[in-house]
Amino acid sequence: MNTHFRNMDEILALLPHLQEGATQVQETLIANLIMLSEIPAPTFEEEDRIKLLLQRMLECGLQNVSTDEAGNGVGIIQGKDPSRNILLVAHADSVYSEKTDHTISVLTDEVVGPGVADNSLGMAVLATLPNLLDTLGIEFNSNIVLLGSTKGLGSGNLDGLKFFMDNNRLPFDAGICIEGAQIGRLSYTSEGMFRASITCKLSEELEWQRVGESSAIIALNDVINRILEIPIPRRPKTSIVLGAVRGGKSYNVMATTSSLRFEVRSENAAMAEQIRGCIDDIVADIASKYNAKIAFNVVSIREPGGIAVGHPLVRNCRQVMEQLDLKPKIFPSISEVSELISRGLPAVTLGLTEAVNLHDLNETIRIQPIYKGLAQLLAMLFAIDGGFCNEPE
Amino acid sequence: MNLNDWIKRNTIHHSQFWDIKKLVEEKEKQDLKISLCLPTLNEEKTIGKEIVMFKSELMDRYPLLDEIAVIDSGSTDHTCEIASTFGADVYLSADILPQYGEKKGKGENLWKAVYELTGDIIVYVDADIKNIHPRFAYGLVAPLIYRPEVHYVKAFYDRPLAFSQGVRPSGGGRVTEILVRPLFSLFFPDLTGLVQPLSGEYAVRREVLEKLPFPIGYGVETSHLIDVYEKWGMDAIAQVDLDQRVHRNQETRDLGKMAFGILRAFLSRAEALGVIGDLPELNTLLRQFQAHDEVFEQIAYEIVEEERQPMIELPEYREKFGIET
Repeated sequence: MNTHFRNMDEILALLPHLQEGATQVQETLIANLIMLSEIPAPTFEEEDRIKLLLQRMLECGLQNVSTDEAGNGVGIIQGKDPSRNILLVAHADSVYSEKTDHTISVLTDEVVGPGVADNSLGMAVLATLPNLLDTLGIEFNSNIVLLGSTKGLGSGNLDGLKFFMDNNRLPFDAGICIEGAQIGRLSYTSEGMFRASITCKLSEELEWQRVGESSAIIALNDVINRILEIPIPRRPKTSIVLGAVRGGKSYNVMATTSSLRFEVRSENAAMAEQIRGCIDDIVADIASKYNAKIAFNVVSIREPGGIAVGHPLVRNCRQVMEQLDLKPKIFPSISEVSELISRGLPAVTLGLTEAVNLHDLNETIRIQPIYKGLAQLLAMLFAIDGGFCNEPE
Repeated sequence: MNLNDWIKRNTIHHSQFWDIKKLVEEKEKQDLKISLCLPTLNEEKTIGKEIVMFKSELMDRYPLLDEIAVIDSGSTDHTCEIASTFGADVYLSADILPQYGEKKGKGENLWKAVYELTGDIIVYVDADIKNIHPRFAYGLVAPLIYRPEVHYVKAFYDRPLAFSQGVRPSGGGRVTEILVRPLFSLFFPDLTGLVQPLSGEYAVRREVLEKLPFPIGYGVETSHLIDVYEKWGMDAIAQVDLDQRVHRNQETRDLGKMAFGILRAFLSRAEALGVIGDLPELNTLLRQFQAHDEVFEQIAYEIVEEERQPMIELPEYREKFGIET
């Protein structure tokens, strides 16, 4: 295939061919998806899934395949110009524990099972891209650096990607993060965010007379009520998400422990910091009131940032999507793209297909739209490779 | 024959065959053609995954399989549609050799596959496996490629979880341990060397398959083992440990029907081989109980173990494969 383009229009004209061509790797892609999905990979325990990713890359004949101290899996599709590199990232971890039944079902146009969309499909595309390029006869000028990143979700705090970016020596032209869902997704800005837990512990020897007056649940309830009283501005856009609450043992046993996991997001870093200070004060106050040990631990932080809507990388993404009859769904992200952007690397997150029941055991993706998702990805790799996504000097 | 020696020699773990590239080279050197047969009846939940996995890994990536075929008994769900979407050749059992009529049972599909498929080796894999992996096919085919004296390779599944000591119980499922193993121990002690004689996954050379009669129901695996043992001896049989197989569990009542069919097929074989004396005509009705409040009643199931003649006896088969009478 001719991979020398004079302008974006020539790439856009190739989209139908790319979409058609992508169907040729259907079985390989779905087989990779099944095998990767069926290996449990909760955050911090991605080793086996990464091992399979590396094995698949080796089987495709990639020469530079390795893992690093953070457990990331990296493979490089060699380009003609070794000085240029494009980073393609998919996070390897999923929200499901090892105990979950990870069995996948393949139907006529659907694949069903835990984590197929978030983010086994992203990983499967990393594993299949060398086959796809080979099948379509595509060779890039730039190296395509395939990264299955670890420790991405929850308290993982993107540590795998951070380690990779801290320690690798390759200069990147741009980055693309791929997620299974949803096709048309376009993220190029990141919100400021911190994720934290509040754990409350009361003495084991609670007095019988005080039953009903004091428990770790009541103390935590007070903390939650006080957090909800924190004034949240409409501008800059800010939100507090109370994600999960745990506490107590049974119907008739006084709760001596409880915990809350939550997330604060804001377009403004100072606002997120201000809310953090308020929560510090609330925790100290409630701890003294209940004579409890209350710990406030921030497990993950992102700085707000982004590239401009007019950046050629974003503009070309929109063009490609529109050409594929996809309506771009633009929203800020707190995932991998935020880390790349915070390091000054132009980057976007793209979705690969349609998905429903996200994060349920019957998470479901559609097969047909994947080919459009792959065409979109190839077109953007061409665009970056051709220098059409560089900002004017 | 020393059974312990046979077990040591002919019991193999699939991991010995991890180098599929080498396996394909050897297959090509011998100019072998290999067919995969998936007998189905309403398997829409698992069939797509099996076909995708085998096609991607053992056709596209490593060309070990030359043919993937679904032989369907008349599914009423989307089994055939899904199988065909992912590139399998789909055949309705009733459409193959229609002049010989249509009988219901897995054995019927396996028998018709011998006519329809073209491989020198046919590997049969059940279509209800949830944890499908390429080893289910290459693990079974490999001993036939590497060892010319082996003709029939049976799967078994043994995955030790947590055992502190060296010895742990192993063996087959309920019907194997309660019925088949005791029968083999009594009448064909050598066949007790098979860990799971009833497993539905096996690979066989055509020249053996075409000479075997096929019970169409539950007795097909047991009869095959007895026939291969009688005609070619234990050295023609090998078994491969495929680690773990996850599939749906059967109710005890269903296992009762299975045991009934197997027992009928076994007794017929034993009688024909003169291992036991002449038997009276065997009943075809299995009676089980059900209760309405305090009232117990019997339900009778008719389980007929019909048998298909060896394929080589069919003129259509001999003509298709150019075998002279």
